[in-house]
Amino acid sequence: MKTDDLIAALALEPGFPGPGRLAGRLVLWSGAGALVAAVLTVVAMGPRPDLSEGPGLASFMGKAGFTLTLAAAGLWLTRRLGQPGVSARRPLLALILLIGGGGAAMAVELAMTPPSARAAQLMGHSAVSCPLVILGLGLLVLGPALAAARRLAPLRPGAAGAAVGLLAGGLSATAYGLHCAESAVSFLVVWYGLGVLATAVMGAALGARFLRW
Amino acid sequence: MEDIDLQIQSLIARSLRGDGAAYGQLLSLLAPRLRAYFIRRSPDPSDAEDLVQETLIAIHTKRATYDPALPFAPWVYGIARYKLIDHFRRRGVRRHVPLEEAGVLLDQADTEVGATRVDLQRLLSRLPARQRGLLEDVRLRGMTIAEAAPLHGYSEGAAKVALHRSMKSLSASVAADED
Repeated sequence: MKTDDLIAALALEPGFPGPGRLAGRLVLWSGAGALVAAVLTVVAMGPRPDLSEGPGLASFMGKAGFTLTLAAAGLWLTRRLGQPGVSARRPLLALILLIGGGGAAMAVELAMTPPSARAAQLMGHSAVSCPLVILGLGLLVLGPALAAARRLAPLRPGAAGAAVGLLAGGLSATAYGLHCAESAVSFLVVWYGLGVLATAVMGAALGARFLRW
Repeated sequence: MEDIDLQIQSLIARSLRGDGAAYGQLLSLLAPRLRAYFIRRSPDPSDAEDLVQETLIAIHTKRATYDPALPFAPWVYGIARYKLIDHFRRRGVRRHVPLEEAGVLLDQADTEVGATRVDLQRLLSRLPARQRGLLEDVRLRGMTIAEAAPLHGYSEGAAKVALHRSMKSLSASVAADED
């Protein structure tokens, strides 16, 4: 095909709609995945028994605040990495600050705990299953989120996939918080963090393949 | 190249409002610049036209990722470079594509510049390094012979002779190429 003919054909559909709609789509699709993850959590594993009471609800809200902020950083990063010619430095910086903040909060909590009780607090009752369940639920969110991200134009598909994984992992960890009654900050940072990280790694692997264009 | 930026901005503004002719003009404006970019950077210039078409299609299908509030050059440069890297990857070539100023793409004012420069580089590479340096300074950068000669270790008189010889051997290589 001659280039001029190609241009003439492309010119039939003009316009630069702007990236707003792409972000909306990303939110919508990953939100739908998160809803499925939340319903599955409540139906299959049951809500945490103290979810409707003051301290239980506060613990859930606190954890959700952290994991939703991780998801928001993932969304921001995905948008930046999916748009040629813009820098992803600010969302990366935000993510680093967030992780640093979590680490600092964990250090304070551990410092205030008697040394003999630290290990038990960190391990809680579900240290092994927690990251695995978050990864499993995360895959449910990652699927639709990656599908929506295919509309983007990431110059580094693997990195963009990791960002989508961060979004999916953050949402999945929030959903899992409906069930998980662990309330230690160190548990949240380490085991929830590991689950989100695993989802981001899956996102990187899948993104390197499916986000090429 | 402020002209081209202004022209592009107005074409984008018009195509935002659904003006197909303006959008076609924008793509027609980009095509020769993409061609020049790819010819200079692809080892096999005959691939350049495929790359131009692939990039135009990518610009079209990914146009929603362009934010009209931001400069256009970095966006389109990012796409062109991605397509070049992707092209090497599919050929199984490992090759580093340096990150340049986004402006290199749009600033190629003359559409023939890319192809001409390739020819010129090839011809110049046949000259001895010292003669080549002198010739580039005088004929391409516009220095006077008196300015350029000491930079390359020539006296002014010797520089004139060297320049003359270089031009002669260049025209001989051009003639040989055309046979």
